Amino acid sequence: MISFIIRRLALSVVMLFIISIISFFIITLTPGSPYPWGELNPKISAEVKANFRKKFHLDRPLHEQYALIVRDLFTGNLRSIKDDRPVMSRILERLPATVALNITSIVISLSFGTLLGVTAARFHGHWQDALGSIIAFLFIALPGFWITYVVVIALVKGFGVPILGTHSYGIEFPNTLASGLDTLWHLLLPATILALGGIASQSRYLRATMIESLREDYIRTARSKGLSEEVVLYKHALRNSIRPIIAGIGMLLPALIGGAVVIETIFAYPGMGRLGYEAVLERDYPMLVALNFVVAALVLLGNLISDLLAAAVDPRVRLE
Amino acid sequence: MQGTQPLTETPTTRVLRRFWANPVTIPSVVIILFFTFIAGGTFLLSAMGYDWPYNPNQTNLELKLLPPSSQHWMGTDNLGRDVLSRMMHGASISLTVGLVAVAVSLGIGMVVGAIAGYFGGIIDQILMRAVDALLCFPTFFLILTVVALLGPSLLNIVVVIGLVSWTGTARLVRSEFLTLRETEYVKSARVLGQNAWHIITRHILPNAAAPILVTAVLGIPDAILQEAGLSFLGFGVQPPQATWGNIIADGKTYLLDAWWLNLFPGLAILIASLSFYLAGDAFREAAESRG
Repeated sequence: MISFIIRRLALSVVMLFIISIISFFIITLTPGSPYPWGELNPKISAEVKANFRKKFHLDRPLHEQYALIVRDLFTGNLRSIKDDRPVMSRILERLPATVALNITSIVISLSFGTLLGVTAARFHGHWQDALGSIIAFLFIALPGFWITYVVVIALVKGFGVPILGTHSYGIEFPNTLASGLDTLWHLLLPATILALGGIASQSRYLRATMIESLREDYIRTARSKGLSEEVVLYKHALRNSIRPIIAGIGMLLPALIGGAVVIETIFAYPGMGRLGYEAVLERDYPMLVALNFVVAALVLLGNLISDLLAAAVDPRVRLE
Repeated sequence: MQGTQPLTETPTTRVLRRFWANPVTIPSVVIILFFTFIAGGTFLLSAMGYDWPYNPNQTNLELKLLPPSSQHWMGTDNLGRDVLSRMMHGASISLTVGLVAVAVSLGIGMVVGAIAGYFGGIIDQILMRAVDALLCFPTFFLILTVVALLGPSLLNIVVVIGLVSWTGTARLVRSEFLTLRETEYVKSARVLGQNAWHIITRHILPNAAAPILVTAVLGIPDAILQEAGLSFLGFGVQPPQATWGNIIADGKTYLLDAWWLNLFPGLAILIASLSFYLAGDAFREAAESRG
C-alpha cells in the first residue's frame, strides 16, 4: 500500500512535468498580444513595454521562460499580470470554495447516479430502463448555462431567494449553525447543476456493470435464499459493481472544474472556475499556466484517492 | 417482423435490425434528419440569395422584442431580427461546428490510437502517457483559454474543440486495436507478409468501425454544447453570425421581457443533443449485445 502510494506519487511528478510543458506551450505559443493593454495604444511608450517584457521574462527565449515560470511557481514568486499579486495566493484563496463545490457535486453525482443506475439495471429492457436512459442523456444534453440562468432568474426575481455568492448578504445569523446552513444552501444549487452530467455518466456506467453482475450465480443464490430484492440489489449486486464507479471519481474532476467556469460565473461563486474566466478575459498568462497546473495536480490527487477508495470498498482489488 | 428473422443474417444487418428495433431510434433519427434538413435547406437557400422567412441579420428597431406571432413565429430579438430565421441559420452553423469538430478529433484520435494499439511497446507507452496528461486538463477551460487567446472565429472554435477532445477516441481505438491485432485473421495477414498500413485499414479498422462510429455520433452534441457554452461567455462564434448558443447569450439580458429569445434556442440545443446521444447509445447497445 505504502509502496503503491509512493510509486503513484512519483508517476504524478512525471505527469505534472509533462502537463506543465503542455500548458506553458499551449498558452505561450497561441498568437496574440501578451500585453494587458492594446498593442497599438499610443500612450504606452516603448520603454514601458520593454519594462513589462523584462518583468515577465518575455524578452527571454522560450525554454528559459518556461524554466523561470516553473521556478517562480514553486518559490511562490509567480505574479499575476493583472494585479501583480502572487498567483498562488490568489489561487489558494479560491481553493476552499472550489473543493467544497466539487466534493458536494461528486456526492450528489454518486448518490443520484447510483439510484438511477441501479433502477435502470433492475428493470433492464423495460420502460423504466428506457426512461432512465432518457433522463440520463437529458442531463448531459441540457445546456448548463441555459438552465442555470433560468433557475437563477426565477428564484431571485420570482421568489426573492438569495442564492448568489457563498452566503446571504445583509442578514445577521443568530448562531453558526444557521450561517452554516446558509452556506450549504448557497452551495447546493450550483453543485446540483454541476452534478447533472456526473449523475448521467455514473448511472450509465453503473447500469452496464450492474446488468453483468445481476446475471451472476451468487445473485440467484441470494434470491433463492429469500432475500428481499432491495438487499439483493444494493448489498450483493451493487457491492460487486461499484468499483469502476469509485475508481472513476477522479476522472469526473476535469469536467467538473471545466463546467464550473460557466456555473460559477453565473452564481458569482468565488471558485477557481471564475478565477480562470477572469484570467482569460485579462490575458493573464502566468495565472493561466498556474491554474492549469493546480487543476491537473488536483485531478491527479483525486485519481489517487479514488483508487485507494476503490481498494477500500472492494477487497478483490490489490494495489500494485 | 417478430419471429421472422432472415436466415442469412450478416453481423451488419443484425446490428441494424437491433438498432431499428430500439424504440428511441426512430424518434431520434427523425429529429436529427429534421434539423439536418433545416440546416441544409437554409444554407442552400441563402447561398442562392433567398432569405426565408426573413434575412437573419436584417435589423429593424421598430420591430424589436416582439413576441411570437403569425409574422414572426418565434418573435424578434432586441435588434428586431427575426428569431426563426436566426434559429435556422444557427442550425447550420451549430451542426457544422459539431461535424467539423468531430472530424478533427476523430482524425487525430484514430491515428494516435491506431499507432499506439498496433505497434505497442514504447510508442504505446509514450502516446498513452501524453493522453493521460491531456485528460488531466479541464477540457472546457482549455478550449476557452485557447479560443480566447486566438480570437473566436468559427474555424478557430471547431479546430480547438477538435484538438482538445480526441483523447477519448484515441483510447478507444487503441483498446480495439490491442484486441483485434491478436485475432487469427490479423496474425495470418501478418504471416502472409502484408504491410502494416494494409492490415490496419483492411483488416482491423472495419472491425472497429462500430465503436468508432458511436464515439463520433456522441461527439457531435458535445461540440455543439461546448460552442454554446463558449458563446455564453462571449467567446463563441461572433455576431452577426447566428448560432443557437449566441442567440441565448444575446437574449440573456432580456430573459424576463422576452422568454422566446431563451426558450427556442435552448430547446433546440437540448432536443438536437438529446437525439444524437440517444441514437448513438442505441447503436452502441445494438452493436455490443450478443445473441
